[in-house]
Amino acid sequence: MSYSDWEPVIGLEIHAQLLTESKMFSPDSTHFGGADNEHTHPISLGMPGTLPVVNKRALEFSAKTGMALNCKIRKKSVFSRKNYFYPDLPKGYQISQFDEPLCEHGYVDYFLDGEIKRVGITRAHMEEDAGKSLHQGDFTLINLNRAGVPLLEIVSEPDIRTPAEAAEYARTVRKILRYLNVCDGNLEEGSMRCDCNVSVRKKGTEKFGTKVELKNINSFRFVEKAIEYEIQRQIDCIESGEKIIQETRLWDAGKNRTFSMRGKEDAHDYRYFPDPDLLPVTLDDSWLAKLKGELPELPLNRAQRFQTEFQLPAYDSFVLTTEKALADYFEETAKLAKNPKGASNWVMGELLRELNEAKIDVEKSPISAKDLAELVAMIDAKEISGKMAKDVFADMWKTSKAPKEIVKSKGMSQITDSSAIEKIVDDVLAQSAQAVADYRGGKTKLFGFFVGQVMKASKGQANPEMVNQILQAKLKG
Amino acid sequence: MISEAEVSRVALLARLSLSADETKKLAEQLSQVLKHFEHVSKIKTDGIEPLVTPTDIEEFWREDKVVPVAHASEAAMQNAPEAVGNLFKVPPVVG
Amino acid sequence: MNILTSSLKQIRDSVVKGEVTAEQVMQKYFAQIEKWNPRINAFVTLNEKALEQAAAVDARVKKKEDIGPLGGVPIAIKDMLCTKGIRTTAGSKILENFVPPFSSTVVNRLEAAGAINIGKTNQDEFAMGSSSETSAFGISRNPWNLEYVPGGSSGGSAAAVAAGMAPAAIGTDTGGSIRQPSSFCGVVGIKPTYGRVSRYGIVAFASSLDQAGPMTRTVEDAALVCEAICGRDERDATTAANPVPKWSQQITKNLKGMKVGLPKEYFSDQVTPETRKAVDKAIAAVKAAGAETVEVSLPLTDMAVSIYYLVATSEASSNLARYDGVRFGHRADFSKKPAEDLAEFYCRTRGEGFGTEVKRRIILGTYALSSGYYDAYYRKACQVRRLMRQQFLDAFSKCQIMMGPVCVSPAYKIGERIADPLKMYLNDIFTTSANLVGIPGMSVPAGFSNEGLPIGVQLLSAHFQEQHLFNAGTVIEEALAIKELPHVLQ
Repeated sequence: MSYSDWEPVIGLEIHAQLLTESKMFSPDSTHFGGADNEHTHPISLGMPGTLPVVNKRALEFSAKTGMALNCKIRKKSVFSRKNYFYPDLPKGYQISQFDEPLCEHGYVDYFLDGEIKRVGITRAHMEEDAGKSLHQGDFTLINLNRAGVPLLEIVSEPDIRTPAEAAEYARTVRKILRYLNVCDGNLEEGSMRCDCNVSVRKKGTEKFGTKVELKNINSFRFVEKAIEYEIQRQIDCIESGEKIIQETRLWDAGKNRTFSMRGKEDAHDYRYFPDPDLLPVTLDDSWLAKLKGELPELPLNRAQRFQTEFQLPAYDSFVLTTEKALADYFEETAKLAKNPKGASNWVMGELLRELNEAKIDVEKSPISAKDLAELVAMIDAKEISGKMAKDVFADMWKTSKAPKEIVKSKGMSQITDSSAIEKIVDDVLAQSAQAVADYRGGKTKLFGFFVGQVMKASKGQANPEMVNQILQAKLKG
Repeated sequence: MISEAEVSRVALLARLSLSADETKKLAEQLSQVLKHFEHVSKIKTDGIEPLVTPTDIEEFWREDKVVPVAHASEAAMQNAPEAVGNLFKVPPVVG
Repeated sequence: MNILTSSLKQIRDSVVKGEVTAEQVMQKYFAQIEKWNPRINAFVTLNEKALEQAAAVDARVKKKEDIGPLGGVPIAIKDMLCTKGIRTTAGSKILENFVPPFSSTVVNRLEAAGAINIGKTNQDEFAMGSSSETSAFGISRNPWNLEYVPGGSSGGSAAAVAAGMAPAAIGTDTGGSIRQPSSFCGVVGIKPTYGRVSRYGIVAFASSLDQAGPMTRTVEDAALVCEAICGRDERDATTAANPVPKWSQQITKNLKGMKVGLPKEYFSDQVTPETRKAVDKAIAAVKAAGAETVEVSLPLTDMAVSIYYLVATSEASSNLARYDGVRFGHRADFSKKPAEDLAEFYCRTRGEGFGTEVKRRIILGTYALSSGYYDAYYRKACQVRRLMRQQFLDAFSKCQIMMGPVCVSPAYKIGERIADPLKMYLNDIFTTSANLVGIPGMSVPAGFSNEGLPIGVQLLSAHFQEQHLFNAGTVIEEALAIKELPHVLQ
């Protein structure tokens, strides 16, 4: 990606809704879908006299995420009030964190175009979500089911330089969140939101250009497109002598462009101050150590281990570690089958194809890792051929039965007894005397015909390599 | 010390409508109050940690459990000035 | 037994013994309210179910069931506390018709102890005031002289108890709002240590300063109510885990060994001679019981009002942002002139719904927190607040309690001070410090002015040391208690 002598400077702010049962500061449900204003409690409605109390699990999830992002976790962090007026903000302020956030100074490594790149994480802090506004033209309707849901806001350093980097960084953060099981990362539904800060400057300058914030981006594809559009827009602006206005712009997926938000008020003065209803959060070393111990192996590390331990190519390792459940499945299969490459081929090939077609996650796979491992082992032991295995796999997918059982019930065992194969070959050659003569006379292409006949006669069960060997030998004459 | 224009600016931040008379009176009264505060600014406070909660209290957190509220939607809407079904109704929001 | 001048303990014990029924008690108080509330305006809303609830107590007495330590006792509740199903206004037009779907923890605990809510009392709007003159529901009057203020912001609660309309009341104290009206009306009032009493369900004014507490006829009654309402609440993260002592059972009148600090800044020329006289009588009483006085100094005393008004208004400006006419409360009428934008929707609703004093404090607080001023005002005030706290801790290393006036003077005439905000604020000089540093404070009647208005004496102790206050308070009460109802009402 080249922008002549311009350099884009990009930072991302990711809001992740945490997978807790109850809200950040109140005991009402966070679950999606619920009748209008049903998942509410007087606290979430900002009723007079109500008070917040911190959700312990939200705190755990946030600290764990911070650790996974290589951040320093503050032993003392403070909740602050961010004051502004909006109908979906019940208290007239959002409880957030300002100058003493929970997590700071981290980084995320991700893989793009064959290399590992790094983005700094400025901070990650806890806050509560607002409700939802439904614009109806003449009026607006407010649903506060979402008000109070715990959020972790992850702010990157402006280290990103291309739209593709931005998308891959965001995908990586999503992967990490899903590995930790703290957020389901669904951009379309809004459980993870990506806001992008974009500015441009001439290559070689240190000073940052004016940054513009982009919102309303609900897919990784749009992350790239929106940023790409905005970079070009800013370059065009500056080159035609205009100044970039610091503002928030929305991405319009239909029109493929960003546009300025109308009716914007003048810059907010949020009047942050420490929330006097909440004491500072103090964490002790033993609690932090316990959380650290609970972290799973992170996606990039796991992919790299698959490369070194299992000698898998980089591409394969990244596909297999897209989701933790898939990586777990693969690794179990590989260990049980004692054949990582074989396991990798079957998981990345047949299994993923079926899963995608059926639109289900690997957790719901009708074929267990144990059974897939058995299939791989059977191929390795030459009990069945690769081709036969495909049929067995199809059966396994339909019935969830173990491969040994299927092979037995269908009498599908591979024939590996050389004398048995010899007999079949002898029979075939005897019935194709003319073809044999032609072959020996130079029509070597007929070999495939003989193979086909042998396989047909053996109902596909003869071991292909042995068939080849024996045919070769017998045809030599 | 605090002008009428300042009072108007702050009133907008606080979403309070004030009459011209109220604005004028507030500017005078608040200037008096702020002038009186000047003696506080003279106290040396370098390195002093601000005090928010005045008593030493052990912090505690909440277990992540949902406590159901009976008839939550009704309770939520019971005092609503204007509603459509179980949703709060407000003038159109721009942006 | 004269029910209207009985202590709540006497009432409760009589109900248990069957000497009187809870219903009879309630009826007596309702009769007094009917007679005097139109003039005094202590109550804004009465509990229509009170007699029914009293009858339920009587049914339990008949079955010889435990009715609780406050069983059958009518208690007036300041309108700052949410009461489920009963209108809760905080003295404001913006909550004129607000009916909460839940009760505050304090109210729940009182009911669990057997008390009966008799009604909601009048107050300065959002507890912002020291005279109960800023209520949207009319002023309240001092039962000792109806032309005088009862004090504020818990003026309705103080007047209710002083006028024999209830044996006890709950008030809230952010800068003196229990202690000052108690002093003005001649009742006992205590603000416990910050963190003792849950703020859940109490309309928030200033979160780091607010505490609810009892206003009663006797010190023992105050201790009994405190036992019922104090203690950690898992719905309020600022409540303390400290166990709640059985204060009422541990009261001693032997003050031998007790050192009483007299802060020299509290005995300045500002204090009127009559007030000084009353305070001196109280000091004499505790000395007679064995206590020794020592001089202490609280040099930051004259900063207290400034710091208080910076911190309290800053917190309030944020706490009152929720009153926006969206989910509850008053909304301006937009039918004839629609709002042009969202800002106008908020501005008109809030501009109409809030009174002058509330608007003044919101503007001041918003200013103190705003960009460019935060460090100079809010943050600075918080730093000095820490210095103040240290000064009090140092003083309490030399004494168990401190004594001094609650106010420089007794109650003043209605309308006399309301026009000068700064002058009003400066009256809070002796009471705001206790809220700023979190210590408990009590006002106990100590005499009358020449015009027949009550004067209270203030007792302060270190954090969680309320027992000393109950002890010394009892000694003072024995010497100087007011036993009858105001002559005005007889």
